[in-house]
Amino acid sequence: MKVLIVGGGKLVYYLSRTLVNKGNRVTVINSSREDSDKLAQMSKVDVIFGDGSEPEVLEDAGAFYCDALLALTPYDQVNFNVCQISNAYFQIPRVVALVNDPDNEIVFRKLGVAEAISTTHILTGLIEQTTIFEDIITHAPAGTGKVSISEVPIKKTAKVINQKVKDLSLPKDCLIAGLLRKGKPIIPRGDTRIKRADRVIVVSLTSNHDKALGILSEEF
Amino acid sequence: MPGKKKRFGVIAGSGRLGAFMGNKLSSYGYGITIVDKDPEAFKNLSMEFSGFHILGNIVEFRILKKSNIKKASFFIATTGDDNTNIMVAQIAKDMFKVPLVVARVDDPKKKEIYSEMGIKTVSPTQISADVFLEKLDLKKDRSLLKGWL
Repeated sequence: MKVLIVGGGKLVYYLSRTLVNKGNRVTVINSSREDSDKLAQMSKVDVIFGDGSEPEVLEDAGAFYCDALLALTPYDQVNFNVCQISNAYFQIPRVVALVNDPDNEIVFRKLGVAEAISTTHILTGLIEQTTIFEDIITHAPAGTGKVSISEVPIKKTAKVINQKVKDLSLPKDCLIAGLLRKGKPIIPRGDTRIKRADRVIVVSLTSNHDKALGILSEEF
Repeated sequence: MPGKKKRFGVIAGSGRLGAFMGNKLSSYGYGITIVDKDPEAFKNLSMEFSGFHILGNIVEFRILKKSNIKKASFFIATTGDDNTNIMVAQIAKDMFKVPLVVARVDDPKKKEIYSEMGIKTVSPTQISADVFLEKLDLKKDRSLLKGWL
């Protein structure tokens, strides 16, 4: 996959390194000379020094041929315009913007500019969940935060022990995607029973997630 | 505007351009709220100005709401940053349905792009360049300026 990133700093540095290691081609557009030089020291990452909200610069960076564009500058207005220009000139399949002010998430969504990701929201979400349900591991959300994935340990007093997966009174739009039994992964069927000390991997819409976690950790 | 309900508008940016318009419009009897992130910028406002000023970054949605933009009948984005002006102008137009929205876009190239997208823009750079060229009377010789005008 060819990924175009607009931005700089640590986030972009580590992200592009990770993406390259996973076999993607990464081009970074950065508007600071110093930052560009630093990023260019990474192997296998192309760096373009310029303003990512200019169509010519995006084109130079290969916007016509890339599969995803990530606008990750610390300025919402820049990310907004990068996405808007790319929507107007290049049909990039996925356009994702970092939203620095969490209140602006709704702006990006409503104006249809990009998939908006607010790190503040994600972090607060993570903190809330870990404090409410201890021991539950929450994985990174999918579908721009609309789908949540968690790993729930089944305590010995849990109500769900010995129940079949199909008999669980789980909310709508919720799926038991996997079980870890003594470290061994099991993909459950409807008649698989939940056992003590299992770790249940549950996937659901974020709106229903707390409810699902509540049912799985409910005790007698 | 005697007899009529006072028209109200929001100006983003209290630099030379924003404050000048704020002073003017305020003296004409319009209700004005002017927003700038630099407290020094409000020094550009004169005695004529009888509106409100808000200290804060207009890109923050919270500040925009605080400016009472919901009730505005016009919105002018005059900050020194094109990207900011374009973004807030679109929020004003599409989310708060402000009837009259104009954004300052210094870069003539960008001005063109966003005009095509349906945002009313003014490019001081372009306007000054046009006036200068007119004074120089270069416009007659169009072949010289091909691709520039």
